[in-house]
Amino acid sequence: MNLIPEPLVYELSSPGRVGVAMPDCDVPGTPIPAVFARPELKLPEIDELTAVRHFTRLSQKNFSIDTQFYPLGSCTMKYNPKVNEAAASFPGWLHTHPLVGDGYSQGALELMWKLQRVLAEIGGFQAVSLQPAAGAHGELSGVFMIRACQIARGQSGRTRILIPDSAHGTNPASCAMAGMEAVTIPSAPDGGVDLDALKAVLDDSVAGIMLTNPNTLGLFERNIEKIAAMVHEAGGLVYGDGANLNALAGILKPGSVGIDVMHYNLHKTFSTPHGGGGPGVGIVAAGSTLKDYLPGPIVAEKDGTYSFVRPSASIGRMKLFNGNFGVLVRAYTYIRMLGAEGLRRMAENAVLNANYLRVLVEKTWKLKYPRICMHEFVAMGDVAPGVRTLDVAKRLIDCGFHPPTIYFPLIVPEALMIEPTETESKETLDAFAATLATIAREAVEHPELLAQAPHVTPIGRLDEVAAARCPVLCYRG
Amino acid sequence: MSTIDKNAKYRPSHEWARREGNLVVIGISDHAQHALGDIVFVELPETGKVFKQGDTLGVVESVKAASDIYMPLSGKIAAVNGDLAGSPDLVNKDCYGSGWFVKIEAAKLPEWDGLLTPEAYEVESGKEE
Amino acid sequence: MPFIPNTEADRQAMLSEIGIGSVEALFDDIPAGKRFPKLDLPKGISEMEVLREIGAMAAKNATASNFAWFLGAGAYNHYIPALVPALASRGEFMTSYTPYQPEVSQGSLQAIFEYQSMAAELFGMDVVNASHYDGATALAEAVILAWRSAPGRKRVLVPEALHPEYKEVIRTYLKAFDLKVDEWTGSASRAASGVDARTCAFVVQWPDFRGELHDLAGVADTVHAAGALFLVHVDPILTGIWKSPGSYGADVVTAEGQSLGNAMNFGGPFLGMMGVTTKLVRKLPGRIAGEAKDHEGRRGFVLTLTAREQHIRREKAVSNICSNQGLVMLQTCIYLAAMGRNGMRKVAELCWHKAHYAASLIGRLPGFQVANGTFFKEFTVKTPVPAAGIVEKLERLGIVPGLALSRYEAKRDRELLVCVTEMNTREQIELLARSLQEAAK
Repeated sequence: MNLIPEPLVYELSSPGRVGVAMPDCDVPGTPIPAVFARPELKLPEIDELTAVRHFTRLSQKNFSIDTQFYPLGSCTMKYNPKVNEAAASFPGWLHTHPLVGDGYSQGALELMWKLQRVLAEIGGFQAVSLQPAAGAHGELSGVFMIRACQIARGQSGRTRILIPDSAHGTNPASCAMAGMEAVTIPSAPDGGVDLDALKAVLDDSVAGIMLTNPNTLGLFERNIEKIAAMVHEAGGLVYGDGANLNALAGILKPGSVGIDVMHYNLHKTFSTPHGGGGPGVGIVAAGSTLKDYLPGPIVAEKDGTYSFVRPSASIGRMKLFNGNFGVLVRAYTYIRMLGAEGLRRMAENAVLNANYLRVLVEKTWKLKYPRICMHEFVAMGDVAPGVRTLDVAKRLIDCGFHPPTIYFPLIVPEALMIEPTETESKETLDAFAATLATIAREAVEHPELLAQAPHVTPIGRLDEVAAARCPVLCYRG
Repeated sequence: MSTIDKNAKYRPSHEWARREGNLVVIGISDHAQHALGDIVFVELPETGKVFKQGDTLGVVESVKAASDIYMPLSGKIAAVNGDLAGSPDLVNKDCYGSGWFVKIEAAKLPEWDGLLTPEAYEVESGKEE
Repeated sequence: MPFIPNTEADRQAMLSEIGIGSVEALFDDIPAGKRFPKLDLPKGISEMEVLREIGAMAAKNATASNFAWFLGAGAYNHYIPALVPALASRGEFMTSYTPYQPEVSQGSLQAIFEYQSMAAELFGMDVVNASHYDGATALAEAVILAWRSAPGRKRVLVPEALHPEYKEVIRTYLKAFDLKVDEWTGSASRAASGVDARTCAFVVQWPDFRGELHDLAGVADTVHAAGALFLVHVDPILTGIWKSPGSYGADVVTAEGQSLGNAMNFGGPFLGMMGVTTKLVRKLPGRIAGEAKDHEGRRGFVLTLTAREQHIRREKAVSNICSNQGLVMLQTCIYLAAMGRNGMRKVAELCWHKAHYAASLIGRLPGFQVANGTFFKEFTVKTPVPAAGIVEKLERLGIVPGLALSRYEAKRDRELLVCVTEMNTREQIELLARSLQEAAK
């Protein structure tokens, strides 16, 4: 970790410096009308080496999967194979244009078609749209599809979507964006959906349910088939939030247990890099009821020729052109290398690693649900009086680990949500568990170590309150 | 233990209302400001706007939470606390005094009787603590 | 097995620590009949084989490196300096998550802040967020922002000449809302007078889909007088030489940032840019980085104003957006920093001069006519024969001459949208003109 303060790029600027030299103009010039000409452009002026050092030094102020164990729950921070980057860097991908026409982009269409097929097979669905750019974007597509289908069935009065209280905040927000009302249903004591509470709200105003399975507690919803049947019986549809598909690929096809439409995060399960926030892809997959409503266009094949087609009742276009295509190449590369056997191994080892770590952590920490988990589990950070989860997270940073997801799911107080993934070794898990055990001791013996953590970072804890009260969102020279 | 203004009446959602002359002053309780933490922003309506009892009056934000503020009584906004724009921390420091939100001309005074007494609110909010 | 370190010995040791006999036993919660399905997928292959297979697919596509390239229409062939991908692909940037832990994410956070600062300067706006999925979703969210800012106003005016795929995305996004999308034609300043008390937003694409660069003088006054917001979707390269949308009084500016250091990549990942005035900052969707101090007074950066967002506000959030296009935004940040004041001006000038040179040559060809008044790097050519046929002929000669507008609108069958950037040489431009003349015979 680079501890030396790095100036802002503006503070490195000196008038007249050039970072990238552009060629001289080789055609006769045309005057730019003075009335429209920009009087001033206040961008930095730096030389190339200064730019290279600046951004290299900035990179050294990040924790990343390439440098640290990063057990961020529900984010699936697994290793992003370098081969993905090599495969996505062929000039035939980078410099091809989305409107060049099907005849000149058969390679790109072929890859999209093959990816659609393998993703449909993995989930047990009939068709896939690769358009959505993120999980939340896939959710929005799925809720639009449910709404469109209910309207087509003459059920436009169905405007409510049921969402368990353990769900990601994007679920209710996506419903609101689709003009639907999000109705929260409580979890049962075992962490699953409370069936009685579900039954009580299932009426003819319900368009569907959104289920994350395994849920954000890391538990598989054992009643999934019963829940799907109840919702279908009541005229609703079932949306699967595939954020946690890493635990299920090759283990269970979600389409086989009553899920009608689902998004998968290619940047989680299928190893494409998170990139400090994106780009992701949240493809949507659908079974027979909803496949005609998928966002379009999608790719079809006939006699070895690929072309774009629009599903017959498509909700329309969710995104410009062909989605985050470069991310699709990476995910396809990964799936192609793993094959069916590799995918099952992936999920098995993800779940094995999570359970192994759970058993080790349980020796010193309280768990919300001390039973077999899937890809992640939730511990509670209040390990000693006066110690908060935030302090534990910051102390982990001192020990060279990225903290787990904290304060989520909302239904667990002081939550520490830990997802190790299958790409971590036993030695790493042992070291992390040992560190957590040490921190639990420190919490009792030297609580100030936690309260003042982190100690070995470029900055300490920031005053977020002051930052939000008087926001400075731009360099103001 | 949160403090309670004995001269005000309350909604279960933690807004208080206090009669001052012809107007009713509205704010959020000590319990609410404490639960939200350091308040960073308060969004309030313009004067002259008319609300019904239970309507969303505005939003109060901390770093980690946001909460809608509901009208304890129907009425028209007569004054808005402009100081909150620059100093939202007044809500934390003095929620029953300089941290007030709006003053309204109440339209239906019988609604006043339906609000919680300080004693009843103390019991209600105590359950959450 | 690739990417999995656990050996059989590790697995056995871990199982015994857990206290179960087999890995299968971890999956007892899964319905028995549905557990461990057969997946009909091709058998896994090695790294060497996969690169060969994917390389072969990639080689089937036409690329801007093998053709004389004049096709734009929303995805642009601009130069990407070598340092941009070299720095952005550093593992510390590429394999980090959203910077929720600021102490170990100052690299990403400072880069976001620098991007916000430079993008705000281009747009002439007060605040820019940390990005949207692409220009079209950014514009759709900007329209929703305008609608939410003016309760009761249920009409938005967008240009008839807005990019057709942007129109489609807006239509999809707005489907659920009680909001009517009307289209304006003619000059922006005249069309702005169509803003009435029911209208929440007046949108300009700048330049529009067919290349027309409207004069925005006076538009903001007209729009604001009627109580609506003025939204401008701008080509960010244009802002290197042209007065900014902010200087014309725009309330919200969106852009497609692909042009700024990102490859065309068959249409994605792209970069949705959005900036607003200070007045609208609490309504701005997406992540925003802000400056902060630690207890020792050291400067740092942190995601701020988060109470607008879905993880706190849930169904009451201003948008459901959660992620951003982090790495693409970073590429743009590096691009803007390295190009800087001089480079951005130079690129924009090269586009301007080359496009105008191309238009002057093509406009002189018999039967051809440039349809635009003012344009920047892209212009519409009226062709003497159907444009789709011309495109087909020229592609066989190694020239992609532009977009036949009949792709989106059948009645515009004799219109060709030609894009010229700094990447096109004088030889290519002259070859294009000669070949067009030839193809029209």
